[in-house]
Amino acid sequence: MAECHPVGFQWVMEAKARGATVIHIDPRYTRTSAVADLHVPLRAGSDIVLLGALINHVLSSGKFFREYVVNYTNAATIIGEDFADTEDLDGLFSGFDPDSHSYDPASWTYEGTEVQAASGDRDAGYDDRVGSSSPGASSPGSGADPSAVRQAGRGEAHGSGGAHVGTPRTDPTLEHPRCVFQVLKRHFARYTPELVEQACGIPQPAFARIGELITSNSGRDRTTAFVYSVGWTQHTVGVQYIRAASILQALLGNMGRPGGGILALRGHASIQGSTDIPTLFDLLPGYIPMPHAHTNEDLDAFIAAEGTDKGFWANMRAYTVSLFKAWWGEAATEANGFCFDYLPRLTGSHSSYETVMAQLAGDCEGYFLLGENPAVGSANGKLQRLGMANLKWLVVRDFSLIESATFWKDGPEIEAGELRTADIGTEVFFMPAAAHTEKNGSFTNTQRLLQWHHAAVEPAGDARSELWFTYHLGRLIRSKLAGQGGTADEMDRPVLDLTWDYPVEGPAAEPSAEAVLAEINGWDGNGKPLAAYTELKEDGSTTCGCWIYCGVYADGVNQAARRKPGGEQNWIAPQWGWAWPANRRILYNRASADPDGKPWSERKALVWWDADEGKWTGHDVPDFVPDKAPSYRPPDDATGPAAHAGTDPFIMQADGKAWLYAPAGLVDGPLPAHYEPQDSPLRNLLYAQQRNPVRQAGVFAHPGNRFQPSDGSPGSQVFPFVATTYRLTEHHTAGGMSRWLPYLAELQPEFFCEVSPELADERGLEHLGWATIVTARNAVEARVLVTRRIPPLTVDGRRLHQVGLPYHWGWAGYSTGDSANDLVAISLDPNVHIQESKAFACDIRPGRRPTGAARPALVREYQRRAGITERTGIDP
Amino acid sequence: MTTVDVRIGSRPDVPPDGMDSYPGERPRMGFFTDTSVCIGCKACEVACKEWNHVPEDGLALTGMSYDNSVGLGADTWRHVAFIEQQRPVTVPDGDGSSDSAGGGLRWLMSSDVCKHCTHAACLDVCPTGALMRSEFGTVVVQADVCNGCGYCIPACPYGVIDQRKEDGRAWKCTMCYDRLSAGMEPACAKACPTDSIQFGPLDELRDRAAARLDQLHEAGEDSARLYGADPGDGVGGDGAFFLLLDEPEVYGLPPDPVVTTRDLPSMWRHAGAAALTLAGLAAASFAAGTLGERLGLGGRR
Repeated sequence: MAECHPVGFQWVMEAKARGATVIHIDPRYTRTSAVADLHVPLRAGSDIVLLGALINHVLSSGKFFREYVVNYTNAATIIGEDFADTEDLDGLFSGFDPDSHSYDPASWTYEGTEVQAASGDRDAGYDDRVGSSSPGASSPGSGADPSAVRQAGRGEAHGSGGAHVGTPRTDPTLEHPRCVFQVLKRHFARYTPELVEQACGIPQPAFARIGELITSNSGRDRTTAFVYSVGWTQHTVGVQYIRAASILQALLGNMGRPGGGILALRGHASIQGSTDIPTLFDLLPGYIPMPHAHTNEDLDAFIAAEGTDKGFWANMRAYTVSLFKAWWGEAATEANGFCFDYLPRLTGSHSSYETVMAQLAGDCEGYFLLGENPAVGSANGKLQRLGMANLKWLVVRDFSLIESATFWKDGPEIEAGELRTADIGTEVFFMPAAAHTEKNGSFTNTQRLLQWHHAAVEPAGDARSELWFTYHLGRLIRSKLAGQGGTADEMDRPVLDLTWDYPVEGPAAEPSAEAVLAEINGWDGNGKPLAAYTELKEDGSTTCGCWIYCGVYADGVNQAARRKPGGEQNWIAPQWGWAWPANRRILYNRASADPDGKPWSERKALVWWDADEGKWTGHDVPDFVPDKAPSYRPPDDATGPAAHAGTDPFIMQADGKAWLYAPAGLVDGPLPAHYEPQDSPLRNLLYAQQRNPVRQAGVFAHPGNRFQPSDGSPGSQVFPFVATTYRLTEHHTAGGMSRWLPYLAELQPEFFCEVSPELADERGLEHLGWATIVTARNAVEARVLVTRRIPPLTVDGRRLHQVGLPYHWGWAGYSTGDSANDLVAISLDPNVHIQESKAFACDIRPGRRPTGAARPALVREYQRRAGITERTGIDP
Repeated sequence: MTTVDVRIGSRPDVPPDGMDSYPGERPRMGFFTDTSVCIGCKACEVACKEWNHVPEDGLALTGMSYDNSVGLGADTWRHVAFIEQQRPVTVPDGDGSSDSAGGGLRWLMSSDVCKHCTHAACLDVCPTGALMRSEFGTVVVQADVCNGCGYCIPACPYGVIDQRKEDGRAWKCTMCYDRLSAGMEPACAKACPTDSIQFGPLDELRDRAAARLDQLHEAGEDSARLYGADPGDGVGGDGAFFLLLDEPEVYGLPPDPVVTTRDLPSMWRHAGAAALTLAGLAAASFAAGTLGERLGLGGRR
């Protein structure tokens, strides 16, 4: 965190000054470790073993927060008889289909009732919910390939067939053998300290210390927070890393309470904002799912399939209709389903990496890169460049001529003779971009806090904001479409009917960012800015561009621009910026009070029930129906928020509980299980199943994306070390914002790899000399830093070396070097389609890499030695 | 009230001990750099360069941990040192008192800067008055006065001030004199996310540093010490002082800096005496020669 988020890290330092203990778990000793109380190095890719063992420790030692667990989690809920765990199937859950590499999640659900997830894969069970008689059907002519849809984790399989509405059976004593608590105990029983030592390389005393620190700092009086970054997510089982932390935190009672939680540090400013109002293919604003291609699907079917009956997702229709009204205004009417048919439909996974494959196949002809440098920053840079070389047009908006804008004339494949500039037909349009200091707008940070920034200077020359580019591009497209004699094609209506009327200001005709914020906030039927998402209507009388942001422009005031100093308000500081939803600073904060509505302790008081006033009150905005008493119990036929009891804090969940076990929403299992990375020098010590069986790998089979044998298979010794990529404080991601700046480039002027003295000895690497790092994808050269900060570990009875690779460099810019991401395979987490760049096997050898055609030849030689074929590493 | 033109360097030293400031002046301002909370982000280096338009200092991977700016110089006015150390391993015992499972590693980081000495030799030796003592008690080079003679460079006991090859002039930290004059804190202190660099009246900073040192000692950090905080040291105390976690030499700092002009008066006295002696000897030799000649002792003819 100190390494990549030094500004945010000031709060960790402040907490430390106030007595907090800081534990840092990371393969390398970083700037964070330098000021942490305890640094524990572990093998990259083994975190679920560690987290699983902590869960086991908490469960077996009885140190979980029983009252919290029984009342606020689904520990007591009973799982259906059909569920089989990895314990029963040696690493697989029930429902696995080896042919399609996917799970049918039907057997994972609660006994006697089906439950919808609040996020993730909400399309599973579509047919059952909508009542279609043709499971697996897709729109004729839509091009949807059911197997591709399954491959993308978008299974068409239905739920358990139980009632949509129903109260799951529970056993508050937690003794029922099929209650979640007992399932959890059995599942994690094999995650022992001994196994942590063997699989993670963490000595047992260090593990015991972590367990002691975490459990002694959780409970009524104290809370523990987890902070993670892409070291946890960029794995083929990345989502389950976070699930494991969620289980641990829910067991310890650390959710919805001050000083608790799980904090995702994002890779850029406002990445949180770009998931809230998404740049993701499978989401609409506010985490409303993108509709899939189903036969005759209409708005009603969509809401029925993807929404819930209970909790706040039961109001999904109001959120969705208000969104359509914001987008299509008058054109969106009850009669036309509020233009639901204007939305495109998903026919499978359309993530960034599938787009690359589509480019290689010639199916994707155009590409916009807005502040993104995939030639350097995305997994398997070579495939990225080959894909872009196969486009008709490419628009790059950035500060400098980044590698993604120039690969066609100076990229590594040109140098190696694998591509010739004359053969590349891609027409590249470079558009200079304005920096955040040159435009108005908001950042949404990981705490969901929106903070407005004002332009300090005008952008220089032709540089323009993304808002300017998008607005004027849309304006031009609309005028071209409308100019076709006024009889525009029906297929153009979604664009022509858009409300696209933002006021512009200044000599560059910059659209007003505040006008966009006001549209996101939304208006009632009289044009009055809405104050809260609870005001949204499903009859089309309200508009709202993103329901969770509703209230950010309450009273016509830009609430995100508020900057009242912390010292002039309470410790929650509600008047600094604005946090979604409803300016709540801590989500699910009903859990900060006990079932009776009293704070668990004075020290950790946040919100509480005021019986005299008959409402919830406290330091933060209560995340609960304001007047719902703790004693409230819903009638059997209740729906929506009213279906939750006064003791159900997790109001976005259909059952109001924190999910220790996820009966829906995940495509790779209801519980985290440790699988080895796609390319690992080690066998899976937990199960016979080596890798995540439903990871996305096979769809990325390509001569430029070969996978490696893992331990136990012949050839795995060719790649004996574990590499992990990361960032340095001095640079920003793929370097577009730092490698061109002398003041930053001089601070870390060259690509380097970090190795231990032991590995340097073993491979003859010299400090400040050169090393070549090789995988089945590519070979890169780096200067060598020999350091004890990346220590060898004893794993599975042998010494394991790790190689640290900062990934900022490319061949262009002021500071140049090879790209670490050229080594990384495209093999993805199946839930969110993130690449596995944080743990992969490699070789390292002294000296510079060969140049020209000898570079790909070296890679082929490694493939030959390891016996790699197009089938290697693809089986489940 | 005395009227003093600060631009001509009329005050080589800060006010004498026991006196907060010269009449009509502000309190002496300084830096307290608490290296125990430095996270090595180098925001100070970049903010300094941005604000003061200090040129880039060359792209060279040094291999000195994450330190690629090596040291203070004409083009680096804040410098963060990175020191990787291996200490004896403390094996965690599982029930309490352990610390590091990382093999006893320690990574020291420290942001160095001009010390703005109480007795500043650079200022003493500057023949043009380009180096001056500001009304904040800081030592500042006036770029438009400096003639590039370079006398100040060997005079600095810390090796801070340096000549820029491109223009021959001497450059160093000004403690952001322009920002101070506008009531702002220096750029490095403003940018520091963890308050490792603290700016303020020097006496306040010294109190704060003493309290922080006590806190660290109580926490068992026995090697923590202040550096440059003692007005009795060889430079009369630094306007920019430090809390270190190891010996000064570990950070590349001289253990016992002495103002290089300290002995000038006695040197001048000795030189004067020597000159007199020489003159006397010369006179004597002349006298002797004359006498010898007179006595017919010379053989030159």
